[in-house]
Formats: sequence, C-alpha cells, structure tokens
Amino acid sequence: MFYLDFLIVILCFKPFRCRSLPAQRKYMRSPLIPEMATQEVQLNETLAHLKTESETLKSKLEEERAKLHDVELHQVAEKVEGLGQFVMKTRRTLKGHGNKVLCMDWCKDKRRIVSSSQDGKVIVWDAFTTNKEHAVTMPCTWVMACAYAPSGCAVACGGLDNKCSVYPLSLDKNENLAAKKKSVAMHTNYLSACSFTNSDMQILTSSGDGTCALWDVESGQLLQSFHGHAADVLCLDLAPSETGNTFVSGGCDKKANVWDMRSGQCIQSFETHESDINSVRYYPSGDAFASGSDDATCRLYDLRADREVAIYSKESIIFGVSSVDFSLSGRLLFGGYNDYTINVWDVLKGTRVSILFGHENRVSTLRVSPDGTAFSTGSWDHTLRVCDDCYFFIGIKYNQNLCTFNFTPCAPDKPPLSLTATHLPKYSNLKKHIYRST
Amino acid sequence: GRDIIDWLIQKYNVSEEESLHVGGMLVKYGYIYPLKEPRSLVLRPDESPYRFQTPYFWTSTRWPASELDYGNAKNQTEGVRGYSVLHKRINHTWDFVVMQAREQLRASKQRRKADRIVLECQEQAYWLINRPPVRSLLLLCSTVMNQIETSRRALGRNRVKSSICLEGFVKYSEQYLNHDPIMQGCLPSNPWISDDTAHWTMNADMVPTPTRLRVERWSFSFMELLEDSMGRREFMTYLEKEFSAENLCFWQACEDVRHGESSRIVEKVEDIYKNFLAPGAARWVNIDSKTMDKTLEGIRHPHRFVMDDAQMHIYFLMKKDSYPRYLKSDLYKNMLAKAIVPQETKKSVFPFMRRQRHSSPSPAQAATQAEDGQAKGAGQAGTNSAVQLSA
Repeated sequence: MFYLDFLIVILCFKPFRCRSLPAQRKYMRSPLIPEMATQEVQLNETLAHLKTESETLKSKLEEERAKLHDVELHQVAEKVEGLGQFVMKTRRTLKGHGNKVLCMDWCKDKRRIVSSSQDGKVIVWDAFTTNKEHAVTMPCTWVMACAYAPSGCAVACGGLDNKCSVYPLSLDKNENLAAKKKSVAMHTNYLSACSFTNSDMQILTSSGDGTCALWDVESGQLLQSFHGHAADVLCLDLAPSETGNTFVSGGCDKKANVWDMRSGQCIQSFETHESDINSVRYYPSGDAFASGSDDATCRLYDLRADREVAIYSKESIIFGVSSVDFSLSGRLLFGGYNDYTINVWDVLKGTRVSILFGHENRVSTLRVSPDGTAFSTGSWDHTLRVCDDCYFFIGIKYNQNLCTFNFTPCAPDKPPLSLTATHLPKYSNLKKHIYRST
Repeated sequence: GRDIIDWLIQKYNVSEEESLHVGGMLVKYGYIYPLKEPRSLVLRPDESPYRFQTPYFWTSTRWPASELDYGNAKNQTEGVRGYSVLHKRINHTWDFVVMQAREQLRASKQRRKADRIVLECQEQAYWLINRPPVRSLLLLCSTVMNQIETSRRALGRNRVKSSICLEGFVKYSEQYLNHDPIMQGCLPSNPWISDDTAHWTMNADMVPTPTRLRVERWSFSFMELLEDSMGRREFMTYLEKEFSAENLCFWQACEDVRHGESSRIVEKVEDIYKNFLAPGAARWVNIDSKTMDKTLEGIRHPHRFVMDDAQMHIYFLMKKDSYPRYLKSDLYKNMLAKAIVPQETKKSVFPFMRRQRHSSPSPAQAATQAEDGQAKGAGQAGTNSAVQLSA
C-alpha cells in the first residue's frame, strides 16, 4: 500500500528544475510557494528511500542466492572427459542478399532457412541445395527479426517498421507474397526479435520500446504484454519445458528476465552482464539459458539455482557477442562475435574448443539446426554460412593398402573418443598418418 | 514561405526541391514556425508568413519539457477542448496545474499586449514541436516498483543447490552425447558433409521402422516421447491396450486449445467438455474433484488457459504411471529391438566426386497439396524436380 501512496505523491508534485532562466522566461514560472517547497523536499526523500530499499532487496537476494552455491561448474566438470580441438568448416555459403544479413531461422524440416537483411529483403532458402525458394521485399529497411513458422508454411518478419508481419509461403511463382501479408504485431519502436510459439497461431515479439508481447496471428490481437525492461529489449527465446509457459528476454538494461507467458509477470531476473545483452538461448533441457553480450562474454544462468553459473570469456576476445546457440546435447556453445569470428565453448569446462574464421564482417546471427547436424551463421558480409566440424581420421598403411577409420575429433596427443573401425591392425610399427577429411 | 525558399536556394546554391526539403526540416524541428495554421508544420512556397523561433525554444537547446508547463500552455490556448483529454493524462497533478496557470495569467496581464502576443506565438509553436512524453514519469515509477516486486518475489523462491543443478548438466550432456551430430557424428552420415540425405529420410515422421537412437531417446523423458510424432503414436497404441487412451486424447485436445486460433477456443472447450468432462461422457477422464470443480467453473467463461490445471493433472498422471510402464512393456522393447542402426557410410579418401544434392518438397507445398485433397508421400528423398550441382 505504501507504494500506491508514493505513486500519488510523485504525480502531484514534480520538482521544479533548478537552472538559471533567461529573463524572458522568468515571468512564466510562478514563484515557489513555501508549502510546495517542503513537499518537494519530502518527495526527494521518498524517492531516495525507495531506491535504497530496491538496492537492499537486491543485495539480500544475492546473499540468498550465494548461500546455496556450494560448487563451481568447472569443478563438477573435472571428471568429464575433455574435448579436443574441433575444426569447423563451412559446408554451404548462401549468397544472394544485397546487404547485411541481420537475422535467420531454421525450418523444422532441418534444411530450410529464412533470412532477413538490411535492404528489406527476406529470403527463404533450401540451404542444402543453396536454392532460393521465396523472396519478399519488406516496405522497410533493417529487417532485424525473422522467424519460420512451425508448420513451415509461413514466415514472420519485422524491423524498423515497428511491426511484425506474417507471410504465408505460396509455391505459385507468379503470386506476389507481399499481397498475402498479414500485419500482426504493433510496437512503438523497432522490432528486435520475433518467434512463433508452439503453433502458427501465436507470435512472441520483443521491441526497442522496452516491452515484449504475445500476439494472436489470426486476429492481430494483443494477448499479453510484458513490461519490466528499463531499455530496449534485444532478444528472446522460448523455453523447451513440459508446461511450455515461459520465455527469457535480454535487453539493453543488461538484464535477462524470465517471464510467465500466462500472467505477464517477470518470474526471475538476472543482472550480471556489463553491457547490452544481444542474444539469449535456452539450454536444451530448459533448466538454464545462455546469454551473449557486448561485454564480450557469454554467461550461463541456471534457473533452479537462480544464479549465473559460468562465464565464457577470454582476454583475447574483446568484441561483443551478437548471437549464441547450443549444440543438441548442450555440451557446446556457439557464439557469433563482432570481430567476424565464431567461438565454440565447452559449456561444462568453460574452455574454448574452436574458433572459426570465414566471414568478412561481423557475425550478426547464429542458429543450430533443429536436429543439430549443423549450425548456420548470417553476417554483415551479405552471406550466410552453414558450418559443421571436420572429422579427423587416421590412415594406417597396412601392406601398402590404406585402411581408413572414421572417428570423432580429438586432440593430436590424446586417444580418440570413439573408434568405429572395421578391424584394428596388430602391428605396432605401422606408420600413422593423420589426415584431415575435406 | 517563398522568401525562405529563395534565400535557401541562393545561400546554398541548391535546387528548389532540395531547398524545399531543407526548409521543411527547419519548420518540422521548430526553427521557423508558420503564423497562419500553426498546427500545419509545412513550408509553403507562397505568401504565407513565417516567423523565426527564439533560440530559447530551439530543439537544440534541449530543455526537457515538463508536463506541468505543457499543461499550462495548453490551458491558455485550447480552453475546454483540451481540458478533458489532458485531465485524464495528468490526473492528480491537475489541481496543481490549474493553480500554476492562475499565477501565470496574473503575471502575464501585467505585460504589454504586443509583447504578450509574440511570446504566446513563440510558446505555442514550441509546444507544438515539443509535446512531452506524458508517460515518462509514470514509467519511471512503475519500473522501480516492478523491480522491487520482482526482487520480493525472487526472495521467496525455492532455490536448488548448485551441486545438484550442475550435476544435472553433466548428466544431460552425457545422455545426449550420442545424439549430438556435431559432437559424435550421425549415421549413416551427416547430410551437410556427405551431401546424402539418407539421415533425414531415415528419421522422417512416417517411416516403417525408426532408428535405434530415436527409440532410445523416447526413454530419456516423457517430453521426448510426446514430442516425437511416432513416439506419441506408439504411446497411444499402448494406452489403448490399457484402456486409458482418453488421457492422451484429452491432453492433445487441451494443447490444441492453448496453441490454436483464438476464434475457435469456445468451440474447442465445449467439445472437450462434451467428450471428456461431462458426467457420462464417452471418454471421461479421471481428474481429482478440486481440479474438476475449478475447471468446470472456468468453462463458463472459456479462455485460452482454462484447461491448464486439468491438462497438467493428466500430464503428470501419464508421466508417473503410464509412461514408466510403457518403457517396460513388450511394445516398446520390440520397437527397440527391431529399430535400425544405419551403416556408416565410409568416406572415401579422395572425395573429388561430389554427389548431386537433391531438393525436397517444401513443407508449404505439402500443406497446399493436403488442402487440395491429394495424397502424396511426404518423403524427404530427392524428387528430381530440381537437381542441382552446387556452385
């Protein structure tokens, strides 16, 4: 109840600005009446009091969180076998955008991709064949968000037009996709991210106006709005949980908030980043999420422990992270960085296992495919790349014949993680040559 | 207006079009304002009179305008029409605004008339440009209050020890290691590397025999089983044998309500009631009385989440009871036994010959065809409609 009273007090008495006014203007202000002056002082006191209460609560919360923190992630992970160095390779390069690629999303069929760019174009590709299947030109530039519908029959996109529009995908080459466009979301500032929920019928959006919102696609109605960020919201991700009711968002206020989609309330909030959070992604089990930020770190937050549990950073990495995603098992975390590289982290041990060069400008978006067979990145160099890792294999000369064994990546000095060989040579004086597969 | 444009043309040596544009911007941002039709912030290339705005009011001076000052300006110029709109916005502040206005009126009466008119014009123009965000103050308050509420709520949370949570990550990664293609490769081969879509074909929705990894995955969690359409079908078959299939049907119907079109919610909820909840219903589900009462009450005013409690009850019932028994059942064990383990495609040492990459039918096409009533197998293998050699 105290807070309600406070609100009324604030609305009644806004403190006068104290600056020297030009002579012309002075007469427009009424002189400070004594009662108002004392109330102004009271008001400032109340405001300060409220702020200190907020700070006290926050530090108390940190204390509570710390109480149950009995071990660090890398300590628990000591018993886990280390990963060798991975070597990542580009398998497909998708060329066709005329300007910076800003966002992309995979289709549930594991091979199609939708991507959007600064010049307003949204393209649907069959990434496997690198064919373009559909193209739409949006009426605005900087299409910062795009998403594929779960059914594969539509795409949603938006950006500087402050809207999120849904385009049903038609296979009729003569049909203009733009004609069937459906305007769903309306924000008061740019659209930063959008995602379909479990069906084609609802879309979740986040915007530069500091809010997230859930919309009904059919009617365009706002189903729920989420207020709590103090600045632009840059990213969101839906939780893969059994009850399917929550999502996480990250914003320019350095906070990552977990929301209940039904009530609109913020359930949990994490504020450990030192700069804007550009990307958030749930761990596959739904018990944690990772975030990537302009402070050049990725962080892992556990939802049950209610705290940050790992930081993925290196002194040599000074550029911000634009986009993060997990591999299917959650063991690897891929991060796209503004210094044109992709860094791959071992989630459990906290070390970097690979760095991938290849883009000629900053990586703006990164997603692992739905079945985890590859990951795709979009960049300001106008291209998208689908990447995978190389397999090392040992070639063993046995009586002048070359037998090959395929096995998974490992460090040169360590034994391989698994060996699927048809037969093993018994001779110990065989030369071993390590070849890299192409 | 005409003079302004001519002057701009001369000064900057630009075309009329550009001068019109620049001049228009000057008006838009309030450096020059029109005397007739003050609301129309457009530069007209005719005899319309304009006046320079005093530097005090320039946008670049950046005075953040206060709501109270705005209220006063509006009060003087708009009178009754603006009153009610503004009243709604400023609410409690209103009395204070009126008080301040009276003070200003009294002071302004003591000025010379000519001065007053000029000053009024200037001020009016200023406010037309600088409409202050009325909600900014409210927003600031609510944000701080929200933070306090969130912190309060967070303090009351049940937290789990870090050691337990982190152990969970280790276990999860271990369990899914073989299913992670980037970590362990996939059988028969990773399509992106070998250009062979066999992996996708073997794991498509409708296959006569699923792969072993896929069937194994159903045992990881109930959610995995339900998310795989084949797994769900198998589970349904099992439940039918146990005469508890209505639970899964009920759960699916509730999912449909939650994620379906808003316009069909009422209709769907009615169907659910008729089929699953009404006394004597054909497929009556067993829900505890408390949840049942709450749900029946909610059905009177159906909304998207009205079935949530009942759905969750049935979900956990299946998860705790039917699911573990399914995993021990012959049905599952047989499925696991006959599941395929694909042969790994041997990679040639010199893979100069790149395979042809076949395209697949677009999901959009499959949907359109289904609508047209044509039955086509939804295979993912190449249909040879567009065989492409990659660049």
